[in-house]
Amino acid sequence: MSEPVASIEEAFPPSSDLLLEVRGLVKHFPGRSRGIGRGAGGHVRAVDGVSFWLQRGETLGLVGESGCGKTTTGRAVLRLIEPTAGDIRFRGQDVCAMDHRALRAFRRQAQIMFQDPFGSLNPRLTVGAMLDEVLRVHRLGGDRDGRRRRIAELLERVGLGSEHLDRYPHEFSGGQRQRLGIARSLAVEPELLVLDEPVSALDVSVQAQVVNLLEDLQAELRLTYLIIAHDLSLVEHMSDRVAVMYLGRIVETAPAAELYRAPRHPYTRALLSAIPRPDPGVGRVGRIVLVGDVPSPVSPPAGCPFHPRCPHPGKDVDCGSLVPDLEGKAPHFAACLKEAMSE
Amino acid sequence: MTAPLLQVTDLRTYFFTDQGVARAVDGVSFSVTPGETVALVGESGCGKTVTSLSILGLVPDPPGRILDGSSIRLRGEELVGASEERLRRLRGNEVAMIFQEPMASLNPVFTVGEQISEPLRLHLGMSKRAARERAVALLNEVGIPEPAHRFDEYPHQLSGGMRQRVMVAIAIACEPALLIADEPTTALDVTIQAQILELLAQLREHRGMAVLLITHDLGVVAEVADRVVVMYAGQVAETGTATEVFGFPSHPYTEGLLASIPRADRSGERLRPIPGVVPAPNDWPAGCRFADRCRYAWERGAAEAPPLLELETGRGEERAARCWLVAEPARRHPPIVAETEQ
Repeated sequence: MSEPVASIEEAFPPSSDLLLEVRGLVKHFPGRSRGIGRGAGGHVRAVDGVSFWLQRGETLGLVGESGCGKTTTGRAVLRLIEPTAGDIRFRGQDVCAMDHRALRAFRRQAQIMFQDPFGSLNPRLTVGAMLDEVLRVHRLGGDRDGRRRRIAELLERVGLGSEHLDRYPHEFSGGQRQRLGIARSLAVEPELLVLDEPVSALDVSVQAQVVNLLEDLQAELRLTYLIIAHDLSLVEHMSDRVAVMYLGRIVETAPAAELYRAPRHPYTRALLSAIPRPDPGVGRVGRIVLVGDVPSPVSPPAGCPFHPRCPHPGKDVDCGSLVPDLEGKAPHFAACLKEAMSE
Repeated sequence: MTAPLLQVTDLRTYFFTDQGVARAVDGVSFSVTPGETVALVGESGCGKTVTSLSILGLVPDPPGRILDGSSIRLRGEELVGASEERLRRLRGNEVAMIFQEPMASLNPVFTVGEQISEPLRLHLGMSKRAARERAVALLNEVGIPEPAHRFDEYPHQLSGGMRQRVMVAIAIACEPALLIADEPTTALDVTIQAQILELLAQLREHRGMAVLLITHDLGVVAEVADRVVVMYAGQVAETGTATEVFGFPSHPYTEGLLASIPRADRSGERLRPIPGVVPAPNDWPAGCRFADRCRYAWERGAAEAPPLLELETGRGEERAARCWLVAEPARRHPPIVAETEQ
């Protein structure tokens, strides 16, 4: 018996199983009223109706090209920027309705880590002082000795020795700084980590060290990850499920292996075929090279946002005026009218 | 064997700073034949960019200096020690370059057209009108829609991918024999990267232009390079055809790099990182520079720096690795798979 076709909102698993539920998330930034550029006047529709869920302990990868809204989505989910519309629930609690106090508790449980850890580490605090501050602010780790033990434990957990306690951020390599960033996020014992391009600033040989660390920590601490990245191979490697974004919308989401093996949305197909494989000879076989650039999120095209670049728009469907829903048989959903017809 | 277009021999480019001497490029040799694509691959600080700047005579002096005994020959002509006048004539004419961030290399106060016309008028002595016609044709060739209209636009009016296409148009304007492309697609999205790589492949095919590609992205290398030069700590670690280097990496560094990236055909497997970090260029380790990160290292590596040792492929291809394993292959104990995780 197969699941019926449904839109993603209809197909959410029961709330009791979910750590995070995001429905119809919208974030519009007001446009500039004056000045040059295509942005003059209109609103930037950075995120335009995004729905997804996260089960406890799983990893969802959010991928897409620059400007697709993946970073804005990650921040809006934590209310680091106020969503324009939509419903966000963390363990069933309405995140958008939280007052200051509830929000503070929420942000202990849901942390974000950025691409460049150096930019988010205070250069004038030693590692020990930085972590101590985090613990004191959130009243964790008990007294001075307790905090000191906890800090040593945190450093060890991320593969740094306690000899690093009295060093400053500039004394660390890129990979070590990313480990420090992880240690600081873990200090408050979060359940959800939003990882925004967690390794893209690192050298290839060091990236793998951090990826393995994140995987170990997830297994040990049963963390839930929302990974935002442009590196499709990395996302495939780290994610249980993947959501592909284009112009502020999710165009396809599915379990990672299925998405990469049998993508249904033409954009996903093009995106995956464009990944350069470290395998000479395989090269450009089967590559779909898209024409043109991503349209501006200020004035997205009418209908399907992908239709002006779509290599095979539907013949009997009006891709230019109808906006496709994200629908399919759980857990694989795609927003394509042509695909929906062939379903 | 065709005569090489570019022959770099024992290139040493050092930077003399207050923190000591940074031996950024420390005895690098390789060649590029006409029409060939050669990739210089390595991580930050390995010397790949300084190598390309040395070829173009663009190393800031001071603090940088190309040491005596280094040789860079283009069609047999020695470029080390050549006059600034000669180098200026060469750049943009016989050797052209594109860089990672096109916005940083385009002048924001001149139109795209003016910037493409400049080398045409400067190097080829074209009239303003002829240069305009040629520039529009070039914009068309690199796949820019409405080229006549775009000619009069400024760089900020173009997307990242379009800007890189403009850079390519400027680079190929004088029909160079060699294009040096330093991380040409690193700042671009993957679908735009595919467009630019496709464009470079076409240009190479239609114009017989040689490309020296500098990148850290092994996927890009596998896709476009005929031959690969893997660099580590200012030296060539390994060199060979792309098929050889990716199929049978012989330097443990190359092997480690390939094992540390996620790949579709190994999904579900744990990544195998290279332990440690890249050493700093003012403090290269004595002996083998990779020894302290190498999974095979034994006493010999710490004591004695290995030279670039030639490998016998049996296929008549040039192939070498800077590793004592070439001399003592039995030391390469079972493949990485058997290794226990730390």
